[in-house]
Amino acid sequence: MTSGYTRTAITFHWILAALIIANIAFGLYTVDLPLSPQKLRYFSWHKWTGVTIFLLAAARLLWRLGHPAPALPSAMRPWEKRAAHAVHALLYALFFAAPLTGWLFSSAAGFQTVYLGLVPIPDLLSKNEDLAEVLKIAHHWINYALAGVIVLHAAAALKHHFVDRDDVLARMLPLARRTGA
Amino acid sequence: MRRLAAIAACACALAFAAEAPQKIIAAKSTIRFVTKQMNVPVEGAFRKFDATVAFDPARPEATKAQFDVDLGSIDLGNTEGETEAKGKAWLNVPAFPQAKFVASSVKQVAPGRYEASGALTIKGTTQTIAAPFTLAESGGIRTVEGQFTMKRLAFRIGEGTWSDTDTVADEIVVKFRFALPSNR
Repeated sequence: MTSGYTRTAITFHWILAALIIANIAFGLYTVDLPLSPQKLRYFSWHKWTGVTIFLLAAARLLWRLGHPAPALPSAMRPWEKRAAHAVHALLYALFFAAPLTGWLFSSAAGFQTVYLGLVPIPDLLSKNEDLAEVLKIAHHWINYALAGVIVLHAAAALKHHFVDRDDVLARMLPLARRTGA
Repeated sequence: MRRLAAIAACACALAFAAEAPQKIIAAKSTIRFVTKQMNVPVEGAFRKFDATVAFDPARPEATKAQFDVDLGSIDLGNTEGETEAKGKAWLNVPAFPQAKFVASSVKQVAPGRYEASGALTIKGTTQTIAAPFTLAESGGIRTVEGQFTMKRLAFRIGEGTWSDTDTVADEIVVKFRFALPSNR
C-alpha cells in the first residue's frame, strides 16, 4: 500500500467538499428568502446540487471499496486512529443522509425533485404537511451535524499538519508536491 | 280532454323535473389544479365550493349551471404557499373572495362525453372557457368529471415578479369532479 492518495481520491474529496460546503451555505441563505420566483429557482438548484452530491458520494464510496485509503501514520495512538475512522464513517453516512432527507422532505411538501429540471426522481412519500415539518427539521439538523463534523475533520487535519507535523493533510492536497511513496 | 291536459301537464312536469336545479354533493366533489413550478407539477385543491346545476343528459343544450369557488379555501399542503396564494399578487382573496363559472352552453360530443362552455370569472376578470367532461351514473349518483387548461396571466394571477413563467408556468390544469343526485 502506498502512503499517498491517488489523483482520483483527491479529486473526489475536493469536489465533494466544495459542493457540500457550498450547498449547505446556499440552503441556509435560500431558506430565509421571502417566497419569490427567485426562491423557487434557488431551491431547485439546491436540490439538483444535493442529488449531484448523493451521486458523487455513492460513486466515491463504490470506488473506494476497491481502492482503500492509505494507512494513518503509525505514530497515532489507537484511539486517535479509531476516532479518525469513526469521523470518516460518520461523514459518509451524512453525505447520504443529508440529500436523502432533503428529497423526502421535498416529496412530503408536495414538490417532486426533478433533477436538472429533466429527470423526475420518484416520490417515496406522498404529500403530508405534518410529515414534511418533521423531515424539514431532520434535514436541518442532519446538515448542522454534517457542518459540525466537517469542522472537526478539518480541525484534525490542521492539527496533524501543524502540531504532529505529519503528511496527513499534505497528502490530500491537490497541488502539494508528493514526497516519498 | 281535461284528462289529456292533465296527463300532458304531468309529462311536462316530469320532463322539467329532470332539469330541476340541484346542489352538488360536496363530500363527493373535488376541484383540484396542477401548476408547473420549475417544470415540476405541483397539485393543489379548493376545499369549499358550491354549485347549482340543472342538467339533463337528454337535453344538454338546456343546461343551467353556476359554480362558485371559495378561493380562501385553497389547499396547497403548506401554509406559506397558501398565504402567498391568497395575497394581492396571486388571487387577492380579500378583494375577490370567489371565482365563478357560469355554463352558458353544453353540447354532447360523443356518447357520455360533453363540452361545457361559459364565463369563468376570477379576480375581476372574465374569460370564456370550454371544459370537456364525462358523465357517469351509478348508485343514484351522477358524476361529472373533466378538466380544462387556463392561463393564469389572463386573470392576472401571479403579478409582478411572479409573472415570470419560467418559474411558474402560465398554464394551469383544473380538474373537476362533481357528484349530483341522479333523478332516476
